[in-house]
Amino acid sequence: MNATLAILSRELRLALRSGGGAGLGLAFFLMVVMLIPFGVGPVPHLLAQIAPGTLWIAALLACLLSLDRLFQADFEDGTLDILALSPMPLEGLVAIKAFAHWLTTGLPLVIAAPILGITLNLADSAYWWLVISLAVGTPALSFLGAIGAALTVGIRRGGLLLSLLVLPLYIPTLIFGARCVTSASEGMDVMPAFQLLAGVTLFTLALTPIAAAAALRMHMR
Amino acid sequence: MPDLGKYGATILTAYSATIILVVAMVVLSVVRARKVKRQLAELEARRNG
Amino acid sequence: MSIWEFANPVRFMRLTGKVLPWITALAIGCLAVGLIWGFFFTPEAENFGSTVKIIYIHVPAATLAINAWGLMFVASLIWLIRRHHVSALVARAAAPVGMTLTLVALITGATWGQPMWGTYWEWDPRLTSFLVLLIFYLGYMALWEAIDEPDKAADLTSVLAMVGTVFAVISRYAVNFWNQGLHQGASLSLDKEEHVSDVYYVPLLLTLAGFFFLFLALVLLRTGTEIRARRIKALQLQEVN
Repeated sequence: MNATLAILSRELRLALRSGGGAGLGLAFFLMVVMLIPFGVGPVPHLLAQIAPGTLWIAALLACLLSLDRLFQADFEDGTLDILALSPMPLEGLVAIKAFAHWLTTGLPLVIAAPILGITLNLADSAYWWLVISLAVGTPALSFLGAIGAALTVGIRRGGLLLSLLVLPLYIPTLIFGARCVTSASEGMDVMPAFQLLAGVTLFTLALTPIAAAAALRMHMR
Repeated sequence: MPDLGKYGATILTAYSATIILVVAMVVLSVVRARKVKRQLAELEARRNG
Repeated sequence: MSIWEFANPVRFMRLTGKVLPWITALAIGCLAVGLIWGFFFTPEAENFGSTVKIIYIHVPAATLAINAWGLMFVASLIWLIRRHHVSALVARAAAPVGMTLTLVALITGATWGQPMWGTYWEWDPRLTSFLVLLIFYLGYMALWEAIDEPDKAADLTSVLAMVGTVFAVISRYAVNFWNQGLHQGASLSLDKEEHVSDVYYVPLLLTLAGFFFLFLALVLLRTGTEIRARRIKALQLQEVN
């Protein structure tokens, strides 16, 4: 337990102190959401209609932005080798790192999303479900991203490859998450979409650390 | 040539696109297979000779 | 005699050298007969007019595009468990072929959709799933290209094939949830009620067999190329040292 907390606090301190990794994702999220009205036009009912999808896609891109640093620095300076030798299983390490990534990028987005929802004229009934769906869905984004980050860790200029590998994995989460918010804004039953979203997240949390740890071991062999 | 009616262009587009893609795939595979085979033969001949 | 004997590259090469001409001949024969029969000698369908002729390439290409990924999944699994190099190379060889067939299915579907549905592209579940499949193929091939060490590349792409399979299947059903779609039901099914009528059935089976043998021939040829390329690399390394 001590080791878990130690690694978690190390990850958080690194993320918060190294050039504002957390703030950067949030600023990117803000930028993307702000650009949408410029592209679509300042039509309130149109913006209200695309608000759920826009917020979800912006969150997904913001999450992608900081993924390539998840294992890269530790892999290059040898920290990862030492951590892999420790009694903690590599799967656990991956889970902690992905969780720290969520705390520093996913969680701020969950908090900022309703404020940006106002600017997009999101329907009143959808705010709660926007927050809930993002809170439930974004952990899956971080954990799925961990697979992509682990696969591309040793590759020079792996950033674009990482996006190509990770984005298709985000499709189910995006569909169910955005549908949650859309259903809520249209006054329909939210539960089917929400239950599927939660299902995908739980499945992801359970299985991705195994795949990502396997990929990391292959890199370190 | 059968009478394709008003859908002629559609059908011919689909068939020609397919033929182009599949033939390109076959040609690329065969060319690379020949090239690699020749390289390997040269390399082995040099080692044994 | 077990199937694992062909995990030996030399045996694999000897076997494929022998059967490849036969498979190629079968592919050409089935495709020629099936396509000519389908194109020239089948009637127009009641509600599709002459566009029904596209079925002879669309359905086989789509079927094999999915099954090619299935082959890559199984081959990757075998590599991860038993570490036979031939298996990893089969997976690598199948990817570009599968991607081409996915493209063929998408393009023929789009040209068919224009007169039938009134649009080239419709965000229909099946079409969308194929677009997703195309992206999975691209990512898989890009990962192979990005890693220099052959064994590591085989390992990592195998992990990607596992993860990709799971998420391709989840996406397939997620997309269903997202949009009900326009696509026709199954064209080929063991349930007689469902599939297309007999006039189209036999030539369709022939082109399906033709595409299958074509796929098999291409995969065997490309696997052989990969084995030789691997051997060249090993020999060059020896010469340097």
